[in-house]
Amino acid sequence: MFVALACITIFDLKLGTDFTGGTLVQVSYPDGRPLPQEISAALDGAGFAGYSLREAEERDYLLRAANLIGEQRANLTETFSIGGEHAVEIVQLTEVGPIIGKELRNKAFIAVALVMTAILFFIAFAFRKVSKPISSWIYGLIALITLGFDVLIPVGFYAFLGFLTGAQVDTLFVTAVLTVLGYSVHDTIVVFDRVRENLRLNQEANRREDFSDTAGHSLQQTFVRSMTTSATTALALLALFFLGPASTSNFALTLLVGVIAGTYSSIFFATPLLVVMERYFARRAK
Amino acid sequence: MFLIFASGAGVTWLIYSNEEAIPGGVLVKFLIVSIPALLALVAAMSVRSARLFAVGILLGGVALGWFVYSVQVNDTRPFRLGLDLSGGTQLVYRADLSSIAETEVDDSMAALRDTIERRVNLFGVSEPIVQTQHGGTFAGTSEERLIVELPGVTDTAEAIRLIGQTPVLEFRMLRDGAPVPPTGRPIENVNEIFEPSAITGKHLTSAQLQFDQSIAARPNDPVVALKFNSEGADIFAELTRENVGRFFGIFLDGVPISIPVIREAIPGGTAVISGNFQPQEARELARNLNFGALPLPIELIATQTVSGTLGAEAVERGIMAVLWGIAGVALFMMLWYRLPGLIAVAALSFYVIIVLALFQWIPVTLTAAGIAAFILSVGMAVDANVLIFERMKEELRSGKNTTEAIRDGFSRAWFSIRDSNISSIITAVILFWFGTSLIKGFALVFGLGVLVSMLSAITISRTLMLALGVEAKSGALRFLFGSGTRI
Repeated sequence: MFVALACITIFDLKLGTDFTGGTLVQVSYPDGRPLPQEISAALDGAGFAGYSLREAEERDYLLRAANLIGEQRANLTETFSIGGEHAVEIVQLTEVGPIIGKELRNKAFIAVALVMTAILFFIAFAFRKVSKPISSWIYGLIALITLGFDVLIPVGFYAFLGFLTGAQVDTLFVTAVLTVLGYSVHDTIVVFDRVRENLRLNQEANRREDFSDTAGHSLQQTFVRSMTTSATTALALLALFFLGPASTSNFALTLLVGVIAGTYSSIFFATPLLVVMERYFARRAK
Repeated sequence: MFLIFASGAGVTWLIYSNEEAIPGGVLVKFLIVSIPALLALVAAMSVRSARLFAVGILLGGVALGWFVYSVQVNDTRPFRLGLDLSGGTQLVYRADLSSIAETEVDDSMAALRDTIERRVNLFGVSEPIVQTQHGGTFAGTSEERLIVELPGVTDTAEAIRLIGQTPVLEFRMLRDGAPVPPTGRPIENVNEIFEPSAITGKHLTSAQLQFDQSIAARPNDPVVALKFNSEGADIFAELTRENVGRFFGIFLDGVPISIPVIREAIPGGTAVISGNFQPQEARELARNLNFGALPLPIELIATQTVSGTLGAEAVERGIMAVLWGIAGVALFMMLWYRLPGLIAVAALSFYVIIVLALFQWIPVTLTAAGIAAFILSVGMAVDANVLIFERMKEELRSGKNTTEAIRDGFSRAWFSIRDSNISSIITAVILFWFGTSLIKGFALVFGLGVLVSMLSAITISRTLMLALGVEAKSGALRFLFGSGTRI
């Protein structure tokens, strides 16, 4: 977790065109690409300023720039072909106005907050019958803390990825984070559900057992399932990463990291926290 | 049970509030309603009826699979691909509402959409999408937007030029003896039916909605009054004098919007189009003529273009990833869970077939993110099976026979499956709301996937397991029901 935090602070998350507004162009040179200096010169000539140019794939360039003005857009192909010298194809052109960028940025924050609140309420509701020894709100709260961890890891990883490959935070990344949230809660709920059931069984059999033992059993009983499901999900994501479309490869990688973190956290984080909370409340009750 | 209904209601609400985005919502509603019903049915089933039911399911699955395949091959209802897969251009405009009264915003936006749609249709783009959207709320402003999607158009500058072009208002005379064509639709052989006339849109100075007082029999008939400039007035006077009794077509962007009869010579530079209008129609016509053009000024705020080659590559790689993803998960399940694993694979195949059929029939617009969601959901779809099998093994270990273990395993695993899937559905719903079209595709596929996987695990796997109905007391069969490395 500290590594993730360090990654975020050191490498800094770079907001992508989706959120800041601006232009993203991917051009492909089927006969081999010219040197970046040549393209830079052509871009400067066409009035581009403050842009960033990066090599991508084998024959492509990625250009990030401010919003285009009419002439720049109309002459884009010509600019990149450097006056017709190189055969070029514009594979992708995305322009986002500043307001749309701002709107998406705010919406993303609201979406993450909304998912978290909805999950807190849902868990508190689903576990409402198990208010002993700890309140169902605590289950929800712990699931939320676990979620914080699950979000931090892929975000930190992405910051590192951004440092390595220039990946920027886009809407797809936000989607990945939200999906990780859903997946990790899914995982945590399965463990909590087992705790819930074991508590009930103990009560019916009039058995007295330490809460930490109950939690431990529950963890053991769900361990194989957690591993198996993570394995199948990871398998599917690996297929997506290695074979899938280029546009979703970062997405797959982020999800993969998130799924692993989610599994780890629901086993080594959520349940121990549950026990800690129970002890705290038990001590306070005395 | 209550929770299922609650989540069902949530999803149903989502579908109702986005009726346009999900035209096949009825199907999903049906799915939601059918889950509890199926549950009850399956829970009450004996081993023998389970066998019958299993045969039915298998046949149904094969039939549905064949159907999905043939429909795709025959191209009668192929998968719908988003712009990022088919290649194309998306343009987002902001409408300038400064000169529009608040009460007329909706009307004006509708007129704007119609105008742009007419223009786009003129380019011969197949299946263009033109829609209006209210946006900006989350950026602290409010604005009306127009989204234009042009599949197959990959020259952004050209698309912008075509859309921004001033539209053409034309007047043509119907040729003698030609039938009067219907209005509102483009005419293919326009030059065979109509001949050009000397007057054009540039002679028009204004158009106005009026209520005709001249015909006593039908008072207050709505009509549209045209006013020409002085040059136009001369041309028009001559034209009408020579052509009394002939039909006169008024064209906007190449589409006849009105084809009135010339009743008499019209001097003075004004003309009245009277043609059994509803007041609403007449007002729209006047507006179309006035703006000649767009009812509102628009400004381009976002564009996105993906080349066809990039899209085709993404489709190809997406299909590969889906196939290998399914194969990997299936192989893993068979090696790890043996006989139940085989059943999980059968349930997984059903899952894939059902989801693909839903994609075709709803239809869901597939994007790269949607394909990613589908692959992810394949990995997660087996989760319900895993939960059930683990539970079953426990029951077996505690000394129950296989039939009992199957029943108890299913019923005990149900609560985990239910609660964990509802949390995934909550996420999907919020994602859908958050979504730009890219994310909406992901959320819809993800949500559908979770719903269908829940359905297939609790009904199909369960029925198939029961149908096998073997008494695994010892030896080989017990091995088949076991898992992992332990014998």
